[in-house]
Amino acid sequence: MKYMLMICSDVSELVPGEAEAMAGCGGWSEEMERRGVLRGGAGLRPSSDATTVRVRGDEVLLSDGPFAETKDQIGGFSLIECADLDEAVEVASKHPAARYGQIEVRPLWEP
Amino acid sequence: MTPAVEAAVAGAFREEWGQIVATLIGMTGDWDLAEECAQDAFAQALERWPRDGVPRRPGAWLTTTARNRAVDRLRRQAVGAAKLREVAMMAGPGEADDAPDDREAAVSGVRDDRLRLLFTCCHPALAFEAQVALTLRTLAGLTTAEIARAFLVPEPTMSRRLVRAKQKIRNAGIPYRVPPAHLLPERTTAVLGVLYLLFNEGYAASAGGDLARQGLSGEAIRLARVLAGLMPDEPEAAGLLALMLLHDARRASRVDDAGDLVTLERQDRARWDAGEIAEGLELLDAALRRRRPGPYQIQAAIAACHASATEAADTDWAQIAALYGRLILLVPSPVVRLNRAVAVGMAEGPTAGLELVEELATSGALTGYHLLPATRADLLRRLGRYDEAAVAYREALDLAATDAERRYLARRLAETAGLVEGPRQTGR
Repeated sequence: MKYMLMICSDVSELVPGEAEAMAGCGGWSEEMERRGVLRGGAGLRPSSDATTVRVRGDEVLLSDGPFAETKDQIGGFSLIECADLDEAVEVASKHPAARYGQIEVRPLWEP
Repeated sequence: MTPAVEAAVAGAFREEWGQIVATLIGMTGDWDLAEECAQDAFAQALERWPRDGVPRRPGAWLTTTARNRAVDRLRRQAVGAAKLREVAMMAGPGEADDAPDDREAAVSGVRDDRLRLLFTCCHPALAFEAQVALTLRTLAGLTTAEIARAFLVPEPTMSRRLVRAKQKIRNAGIPYRVPPAHLLPERTTAVLGVLYLLFNEGYAASAGGDLARQGLSGEAIRLARVLAGLMPDEPEAAGLLALMLLHDARRASRVDDAGDLVTLERQDRARWDAGEIAEGLELLDAALRRRRPGPYQIQAAIAACHASATEAADTDWAQIAALYGRLILLVPSPVVRLNRAVAVGMAEGPTAGLELVEELATSGALTGYHLLPATRADLLRRLGRYDEAAVAYREALDLAATDAERRYLARRLAETAGLVEGPRQTGR
C-alpha cells in the first residue's frame, strides 16, 4: 500500500531540527531508500510562501497563505510503499520530525 | 420450535459468533460480508435445526454454512476465480492445516482467528470508542442497536461509527493479524484496556436499572475468558479475567433494595458469588506463579484481599496498602494514589492516610474529583474532626456525579453534622 507522510511541525519553534530536516532527515531518507519503501518526497518552503486556490462558480479565488492558519505547518512530505499501516507507522516513527513535530500518515487512493 | 432447539441456537450464537465472523474475515478480507454471512448461517440454523435436529458440532455446521454462503455471494459479485478458489478450498476450523495464516499462527504460537480479530478491532489507529464498538459487534455479536443503547448514543450515530471504523481498517491498511512480538506487549495492553472498559461500563451501571449497560460486564467476562484461553502465556490476560470475576462476585450485594450503593464494608458477604471468587482466586494464583506481575494482576490481588476476608474487619489492609504501593510504580495515576491513601488510612490509621490525601490535594491533580474530598471527609470524621469533615462532605456532595453517590454522601454529612452539634443528636 502507498502512504503519504505529511511531516508537520511548529515552524516557530523549529531551531534544533531545522538543519536535519533539510539535509536527508538525519539519515532517515538513506535508510528508507535502502529498505526500498521510499517512493518520493520533498521539503516545502514555509506556508508564508503558500497560495491557496479555490474555484467558486466560475471564479478562481486566490488567497495568500495556507488554507488553515495554524502554528503547525506541513514542512515536507514523503511517499512510501509498505505492507500495511503497522509498517507505515514504524517508518514514520523513525523520521526525526516525529520527535519534535508530528507526522500524519495518509493512505493514497489506489485502484 | 422446541425450547431445546431455541436454546441450542442461542448457545451457538454466544459461543460461535465471534469465531465464525473472525474465520470469514480471515478468508475473504471483507468485514461486512463476514457479518452478513454469519447472520445468514444463524438464520438457516433457525430454519433447519428444528426439522433436521441440532448438528453434532454446531460450530462446524455454522462455519461451513457461512462459508458456502460467502462463496455464493462472491461468485455473484464475480470476484476473481483465484480468490473464489482460495475461499472455497479453505476448510473449517481445526481442519485447515494448510491455511495461509498457518505461518503467522506458528510464529505467534496461537491459531485462532478470534485473536486476530480482537487485535485488529483494538488497533490503536482506531478511535477508542470505535475499538469498543467494533469489538462488541464483531466478536460478541451485539447488534448496532444494542451497542448504541449500551453507550447511550442514537443508533444512527453508532452505525456511522462502525461503518467508519470498518472503512478505516480497509482503506488505511490496518493488518488483520496478531501483532509481531515487538508490538505485542503494547497492543495487548490496548486489548486489555478495551475489555476492562467494557466491564467497568457494565459494572458502574449495576446501580441503575439499565439492563443493556449491565450486560456489558457479562460480555467483557466472556471476551476476557476467550482472550485468556488464547493467550495462555500472558499472565495479564488471566489477571484481567480474575479481576473481573472477583468484582462481579460482589455484584448482588453492591446495591440495596432502594437502589443505593452499599459500601464494601457494609455488604452482605454471604451474597457474594463463591463460585466466581474461587475461579478468580485460582486464575490469579496461576498467573502470579509466572512472576511477571502487571497492573491487572495487582488489582486482582487487591480484589482478592477483599474477597478472602470473611468479615470486613478481617480485611488485610496492610497487604492492600502494599499492593497499591506496587501498583503506583506501574500506574502512577492520582486515582491509584488516592486508593493507596484509603488503604494506608485503614492499615496505619487515619492520620497516615490523611497525610497522603493532603499531599494529593496540594498537588492539584484530582481537583474536581468528588472522591478526593469524600475520602478526606471520612478520614477527618474518624479523627473526630467533625467540623472539617462536614465541610469536606459538602464539597464532595457538590462534585458527585450520580444520585446514588449524592444520597450516600448526604447520609454521611447528616451523621457528621449530628456529631458537630453535640451528643444529644446522635441518639436518632
